[in-house]
Amino acid sequence: MDEKLPDPVPEIEEQRLEKERVSRRAFMMAVGVALNAAVAAAISVPVVAYLLGPVMRRKDEYLAWVDLGDIGRFPPGETTLVNFRSPFTTAWDGDTANLPAYVRSFPPGQFTVFAVNCAHLGCPVRWFPESQLFMCPCHGGAYYADGSRASGPPERGLFTYEIRIQNGRLLIDAGQMPTLSNRASASPCPPTGQASTAPALVTRIEPCPGTNAPTIG
Amino acid sequence: MPWYKRTYDWLERRVQLEAPIKEAALHNVPKNTASWWYVFGSASLTLLILQIVTGILLALVYSPSAGQAWNILQSLNHDIPLGWFLRAMHGWGSNFMVAVVLIHMAQVFLFGAYKFPRELTWVLGVCMLLMTLGMAFTGQVLRFDQDAYWGLGIGASIAGRVPYLGGAIVHLMLGGPIINGSTLSRFFALHVFIIPGTLLAFTGLHVWMVLKLGINEWPMPGRVVRRETYAQEYTELAHKHGIPFVPGAVWKDLFFSAAVLLAVAFCAAVFGPFGPKGIPDPTIVATVPKPDFFFLWMYTVLSYLPPWMETPMILIAPVVGITFLIGLPFVAGVGEKSWWRRPVGVFSVMFLAICWAGFTRLGTYTPWSPHMDAWSGDAVPVTYLEHRTPLERQGVNVFQQKQCRNCHAIGGVGGQRGPALDTVATRLTEDQLVRQVLLGGGNMPAYGSALSPAETTALVKFLDTLHPSHEPTAIDASRQMVEQNAIPSPSTAQQGGGQATLRH
Repeated sequence: MDEKLPDPVPEIEEQRLEKERVSRRAFMMAVGVALNAAVAAAISVPVVAYLLGPVMRRKDEYLAWVDLGDIGRFPPGETTLVNFRSPFTTAWDGDTANLPAYVRSFPPGQFTVFAVNCAHLGCPVRWFPESQLFMCPCHGGAYYADGSRASGPPERGLFTYEIRIQNGRLLIDAGQMPTLSNRASASPCPPTGQASTAPALVTRIEPCPGTNAPTIG
Repeated sequence: MPWYKRTYDWLERRVQLEAPIKEAALHNVPKNTASWWYVFGSASLTLLILQIVTGILLALVYSPSAGQAWNILQSLNHDIPLGWFLRAMHGWGSNFMVAVVLIHMAQVFLFGAYKFPRELTWVLGVCMLLMTLGMAFTGQVLRFDQDAYWGLGIGASIAGRVPYLGGAIVHLMLGGPIINGSTLSRFFALHVFIIPGTLLAFTGLHVWMVLKLGINEWPMPGRVVRRETYAQEYTELAHKHGIPFVPGAVWKDLFFSAAVLLAVAFCAAVFGPFGPKGIPDPTIVATVPKPDFFFLWMYTVLSYLPPWMETPMILIAPVVGITFLIGLPFVAGVGEKSWWRRPVGVFSVMFLAICWAGFTRLGTYTPWSPHMDAWSGDAVPVTYLEHRTPLERQGVNVFQQKQCRNCHAIGGVGGQRGPALDTVATRLTEDQLVRQVLLGGGNMPAYGSALSPAETTALVKFLDTLHPSHEPTAIDASRQMVEQNAIPSPSTAQQGGGQATLRH
């Protein structure tokens, strides 16, 4: 007798096929999910790049030389508040693109340009020529005329801009808000071997190791 | 059948919302949770809705443009009919919302509601609290004035302290190298889309879980939460001795929400909108920025931290705090719920509340900040000029002109950064005064290079007159002896007569 499988019962066969069909559908669904995941990943690349746009800049791309005017504008021995327009600005920035800075002409003929932002948390420090101090209205930081820390919570002196004198004009390398992330370290002491610029009397007090810079406040 | 009944049936056949709404409204809650202590969650939701509605109404007018935002706020305050009222409602609504959310959190903590099985509800609530504070901060930025501008500066300076990533975070936050138009527009997106969208979704899930898991029962001492038996115990409380939420408990929620809304409207009408203060022009450095009420405590903390603790504290403390709050239900998920049996929890809340209140109070008058105008604005009381020599009066001029007043009060006015000087002569001898003025110390800058010898002499001579008439000035015993060319009498030496006679 021939070995022959019986004909499948139609209902059972139908069930078997149904299972197969469902699994095919499930497969197609999985493909669909994968497809969407791939598309989402592809789309997210430009989206993330768009979001990180302000970050993805070279270090110097946010800095440009800004002209503060003729050096004759700054009386020797004095500290002057100046304003300049941010080199990176749009029409809708309004007044926020006008930035202030302090220019100190001391000793005469030499210039130091301080950011107004307190080294503590960025509030605008005010210059008092009578007491030769910068005072911060927020958390009470104070700095000497040369920008070094005098008292209060700041860990370091005022931030300075790099300067250049070209054709009798004072230029600063400006463009980004100074914070501890883009300026020198937070140490109150200058690097070893560098003379302190604090007032002579102050230097007698408890110097930083290896230097004559004061640690007091 | 009347027409409205037919309309209702027509709609209900299509949307089929009646059953789930009825189920949610009529679900049983334990009887004693129908309490006035349980109204703060629903009040927070009411305030969130108020903020969304008033926020949308303000968005009809507001434009997140750095050059225009301040003018538009002025226009809302003065030109657009009732614009001031909408701004005031939104501003006061924000304050009320932070307050009610904090009270809600304290209540939930004290009632042990974060314990099993409501851990995730609590975690979600912590996230919602952070988002509420995020809304308060970004909202302060949209009120684009000097406080907003320098508040952003503080935010950027804090972000700039993050090691390695600081610069990138600052640029991402500001949308560029400085605070400008792109900064405002991204804070607008945060305040109007990102945070409120997430907050609404979280609120939906939070309320959903409250409905599914049931409202926390009134804690009783000795009724301990155990994972194995809690569900059964709660079902018994809610079903055998419970009452339906509507109307059994909901009427108190309704009353309280109405009262809160009325209070917001009252404050808005009576006290008006917040700011805007001065125009956000960074070249105006003569400004005294201040954060909004609910961030004053941070202002205080940041002022009092010693420099070496600054960065670690700013960066680590929030992480520790948030980790603690999120970890709480997983560490203390079972056990006693009642405050009678949780002294550490109760004292923690009291301690935090007292710290917060103290710091906030200090933040309202900022004794650590120099009073920038005291030297030119606050006069020296006439009594301090009477019976003084010309030299001493010259000292008053120096005292005034060299901004000493910015940090030192005299006659009750002036800065509070340093000690008041009305009785300074009883604490410091003349020599000590000279030393303190010239060399500074104890958080005082050295004035050595800002004062001429003549000015120093005059100033110290004046300061040495500042003592009550019944109290002599501090004197240097050894100096007196040197001047008299005398040997110290044994009695003085035995008394341990120090360098100075100090009185406080």
